[in-house]
Amino acid sequence: MATAEKIRFERVTKTFTVRDTEQKGAMKEFTAVKELDFNVKEGEFVTLVGPSGCGKSTLLDLLGGLTTPTRGRILIDGKEITGPGLDRGTVFQQYALFPWKTARGNIEFGLEAKGVPKHERKEQANHFLSLVGLSDFGERYPHELSGGMKQRVAIARSLAFNPDVLLMDEPFAALDAQTRESLQSELLRIWQKTKKTIIFITHGIDEAVYLGERVVVLTPNPGMVKKIVDIPLKNRLEDADIRSHPDFVKARHEVWSLLHEAEYLGANI
Amino acid sequence: MVTIEKHVSSAPKLIKQKEFGFSGLQKVAKQSIVLVALFLLWEIAPRIGLVDPAFFPSFSNVVIAWWNLVISGELFTHFLASITRSVSGFGLAVLIAIPLGLIIGWYPLARELLNPVMELFRNTAALALLPVFMLLLGIGETSKIAIVLFACTWPILLNTIAAVGNVDPLLIKSARSMNISSFKLFLKVILPASVPTIFTGIRMAGTGAILVLIAAEMVGAKEGLGYLITYSQYNFQIPEMYAGILTIALLGVLINQSLSMLERKFSKWKQNPNGQN
Ligand SMILES: Nc1ncnc2c1ncn2[C@@H]1O[C@H](COP(=O)(O)OP(=O)(O)OP(=O)(O)O)[C@@H](O)[C@H]1O
Ligand SMILES: [Mg+2]
Repeated sequence: MATAEKIRFERVTKTFTVRDTEQKGAMKEFTAVKELDFNVKEGEFVTLVGPSGCGKSTLLDLLGGLTTPTRGRILIDGKEITGPGLDRGTVFQQYALFPWKTARGNIEFGLEAKGVPKHERKEQANHFLSLVGLSDFGERYPHELSGGMKQRVAIARSLAFNPDVLLMDEPFAALDAQTRESLQSELLRIWQKTKKTIIFITHGIDEAVYLGERVVVLTPNPGMVKKIVDIPLKNRLEDADIRSHPDFVKARHEVWSLLHEAEYLGANI
Repeated sequence: MVTIEKHVSSAPKLIKQKEFGFSGLQKVAKQSIVLVALFLLWEIAPRIGLVDPAFFPSFSNVVIAWWNLVISGELFTHFLASITRSVSGFGLAVLIAIPLGLIIGWYPLARELLNPVMELFRNTAALALLPVFMLLLGIGETSKIAIVLFACTWPILLNTIAAVGNVDPLLIKSARSMNISSFKLFLKVILPASVPTIFTGIRMAGTGAILVLIAAEMVGAKEGLGYLITYSQYNFQIPEMYAGILTIALLGVLINQSLSMLERKFSKWKQNPNGQN
């Protein structure tokens, strides 16, 4: 596995200007994430957990170049992020598929943005449709797909334009347990095959431990890195019952304990 | 939050399909029964002296008068005059209001600047301005096309502006994350997302076009369906007058139906039985 540094957070803080509830008409600063300072290695799978509202999506928007840090900076391959780019692919919390485009059309959208010629787009779209198990659903519109299928189209869309880094915001949150588990192993398989760097946000402690090589635990508002937990699991895909493995149980417990310390009391995890 | 969707299993679907033929017939019957009764009443009432046949001729007499107007080619002349005017005014409105609405919707400053003017104009009944149009543009074709254009512009313009403003921000975010240019964003996301709402405006405009035109033709014109009605009334050709009214009603239904169909076609992807995207 490559060990080169891919992403570097340098004391990243993001504040929003919000209405002051105490003073009518007045505005105040609200710190969403504070002093984030950590690295992600190339080809690494990092999961991020933290209570609702702690700034996970904010962090991902910053990585995606959709917003800029108030203080600090984020580097990718040593270069500061200044805007969106096709080196990063985002799977948003709520699918964000274009409802007027078919599954195939949605996948081709990113390819078109990248400037892939038309005849190649079709071929690649086919490839990614089959990768996520939706070969027969290419001509369906999003409203004709189930939640899990939509999620898979969104993942295929982000994979299709071949970004180095995949940013995923609770992509499996809305799915039932079975679909989630099968998509989780699918994602691991894709990751192993494509060697992409993946930043994956989740509410699920199990999911975080199962997928991540490292789990970044964030504090409630403002979001700061509380601890980064190493997950020493090797053969996640081969071991059918990895979730009962002592290492898994131990790591799971550690993350759980971190999230249940006093400062989280009352926070909605 | 998204919930697990319930798929309709195939069994109930089959049953539904089987029923369709019967329930389809039932639907047609339900929808036409009152209409048929109305025409019957129209036929009988003048015959039994419930109303004066001179002012309210029976349905069959009106149909005969209508048929004679068709054969003589007179109806077609008037029909053509009306349809040409309304299509010209309507078409111009589409050509002007959609691009204008897209621009105004896209630039918040333009929207803020123009909002008061648009509020004022759209709340001014087009017909109230008819005298102004006639004073400025005469009683020829120009004034009639202009008033149709005026009436059609507002629903299309306002719907287009609203459409652009209401595009799901998440979709914009999603497209921006793929690093596409503002122009592409507009073309590939804003525009397609706006189409259904724009079409609602177009349908509203289509209905308004006929309404305003007929009124304008009744006030000052040498041909057209509105003119046919007033002219027949002055010359006491009462069945012909009703024939004209009937034609307008049919035309209105036809236009509304076809525009509704187009609207449905373009907003097919909006159909969302699960209430989620
Ligand atoms: N544009 C904005 N303006 C003002 N406040 C914002 C904005 N975006 C996010 N916030 C605030 O920043 C905080 C973090 O939001 P964020 O969406 O990142 O949370 P999250 O960790 O993704 O939560 P969840 O797990 O519920 O998705 C929240 O308190 C939110 O209210
Ligand atoms: Mg979030």
